Amino acid sequence: MAKKPRILIAKIGLDGHDRGVKIVARALRDAGIEVIYLGIHNTPQEIVSSAIQEDVDGVGLSVHSAAHMTLFKEVTRLLKKGKATGIAVFGGGIIPREDSRALKKLGVRALFAPGAPLEEIVEFVKRLPLGRRQKAKGSARGGSASG
Amino acid sequence: MNPRRGAFKNLSGIEIQPVYGPEDIRDFDYARDLGEPGGYPFTRGVYPAMYRERLWTMRQFAGFGTAEQTNRRYRYLLAHGNTGLSVAFDMPTLMGYDSDHPRAKGEVGRCGVAIDSVPDMETLFRDIPLDQVSVSMTINGPAVVLFAMYLVSAERQGADFRKLRGTLQNDILKEYIAQKEWICPPDPSLKLINDTIRFCIESAPRYHPISISGYHIREAGSTAVQELAFTLYDGLTYVQSAVAAGLRVDELAPRLSFFFNAHNDFFEEIAKYRAARRLWAREMKRRFSPEDPPSLALRFHTQTAGCALTAQQPHNNIVRVTLQAMAAVLGGTQSLHTNSLDETLALPSEEAVKIALRTQQIIAHESGATDAIDPLGGAYYVEWLTNRMEAEATAYFHKLDEMGGMVRAIELGFPQSEIHRAAMAYQKGIDSGERIIVGVNAHTEPEERPIKILKIKPEVERRQLSRLRERKRRRGAKKLADALHRLTRAAEENGYLMPPILEAVRAEATVGEICDVLRGVYGEYRETVAL
Repeated sequence: MAKKPRILIAKIGLDGHDRGVKIVARALRDAGIEVIYLGIHNTPQEIVSSAIQEDVDGVGLSVHSAAHMTLFKEVTRLLKKGKATGIAVFGGGIIPREDSRALKKLGVRALFAPGAPLEEIVEFVKRLPLGRRQKAKGSARGGSASG
Repeated sequence: MNPRRGAFKNLSGIEIQPVYGPEDIRDFDYARDLGEPGGYPFTRGVYPAMYRERLWTMRQFAGFGTAEQTNRRYRYLLAHGNTGLSVAFDMPTLMGYDSDHPRAKGEVGRCGVAIDSVPDMETLFRDIPLDQVSVSMTINGPAVVLFAMYLVSAERQGADFRKLRGTLQNDILKEYIAQKEWICPPDPSLKLINDTIRFCIESAPRYHPISISGYHIREAGSTAVQELAFTLYDGLTYVQSAVAAGLRVDELAPRLSFFFNAHNDFFEEIAKYRAARRLWAREMKRRFSPEDPPSLALRFHTQTAGCALTAQQPHNNIVRVTLQAMAAVLGGTQSLHTNSLDETLALPSEEAVKIALRTQQIIAHESGATDAIDPLGGAYYVEWLTNRMEAEATAYFHKLDEMGGMVRAIELGFPQSEIHRAAMAYQKGIDSGERIIVGVNAHTEPEERPIKILKIKPEVERRQLSRLRERKRRRGAKKLADALHRLTRAAEENGYLMPPILEAVRAEATVGEICDVLRGVYGEYRETVAL
């Protein structure tokens, strides 16, 4: 049986607009994906620590406060520092197209704009490579910060 | 696949019949159910002459970058016919953090204006006479602090507190339910709200100390019925808390104001506003028996639904906003914010906000919608739907009463999960194509030309940080320390906090410093995460 992806979903920064993130988390869970939902008001450090500790395949972040450039950059930097660049970063929220392009250059895998169908997000997550966890066979928390 | 063959349901899931007639409002009693405009139960409006005497306040919510930038936007809006101001604060301010707090990094001035201490607030209102222009402020957890900064700015302009007009949002319950910007737990938060109400009763009688808001509940995904029910029930909770704190219902009730959303379903929204006035009047009478009629009248501000706008084909949003604003006017709103076409992408540009304001002016002066009061009153469908909205909201009231009130219901996660379920159902309706959104799941277009949007430069944060450092260095340390000490003592004794907070603000204490005192004494609210 194919392994299911394990994903961390969270709001990052100070904004509490969690309508979208909760819908996405629920839709992923309904599609059989293992979702760890961290809730609102998380710092980049809190997100990266949890992602490494929980040994996830991807981190999905929601930002509606226009702080996306700083916050996504910080997450990718901290993942690199934690030698965990194998964890895919994706997100959504109020992110202008130009910023979206810049963030993708920094390694953010996908950014879903308002109006993106849930199906598209679910498909994206299902196709994420599970390389990290396969390398840490036999242990749910292999501590495999390979990247 | 053809949605015209499916059930016809409004956004609250209420099934709509093909046509309505006398049978649908068989028990209709004009005097009991409608009354005259300005009279109980206020279904037709809170004033006898409504817009024939005075139009609604055109109040565009705005704030970004530094206080200087936002001040320029305010003067632009006033110059183009905006008749009241509405302050949008940035995320750190909304959470009670200074711009130099580690959690503020990247957020300063991004989705609202950065305000750290009273000189920022003075700059925000430079050349705007606060005794003449009404100012509404969207601030909740730290509302008491920003209100004090507004008061001290007015004082430094030489304005009399008794002449100040405007509204403080100051609605913490809907923060726990929906918007999620908070500082303290419910009990001390309700205490702080009572302090601001007391201050307005005693010293700023024309200022509304609270705006009980359904807007954010709706934006979080609720139905119209849920917005109506949870908002009015929050209102009853505030009245109960203030009465328990020793305030008289007839002194506090006329100072309450409400804030509703205007979503897409035209008639449902109109019925919602009418039902809101009637249900509020009836429940206030039943629960608190005030003596003065104005204590039963529900006055409200409306904002068109941000969540109904689309990033796709953004110019279509102008049409959506027009329909939503029209519903608010036909529903008898006292003030109105119309969203700009570009708000799913960024804060609005000057051009976009001007179109939004012009939309209100066109409705006011060209459409004829303001000539007759409650023009849809008596329409079978509208009266039936108004009854239905009231009945469904009342059913929620019973549930909330049984749970032991709103604070308990929030602890149990009840309104949160009701809203989440509704949001999920709405999204599934769009994804399945059952609910058509033009440009999103129908009449879509391939690659669209991007529109010009407002950009906040990273320099804003650097500039605000250096200004904050400079101000902290220059203020009188002794005076500040004394003021913060007195505030701490007053909070520990659970005393009346408006005077010591005003004193701290005059000593140039920052938002973060004052909120740290509140956090230290009262603790911080933590949400129990639930999906």
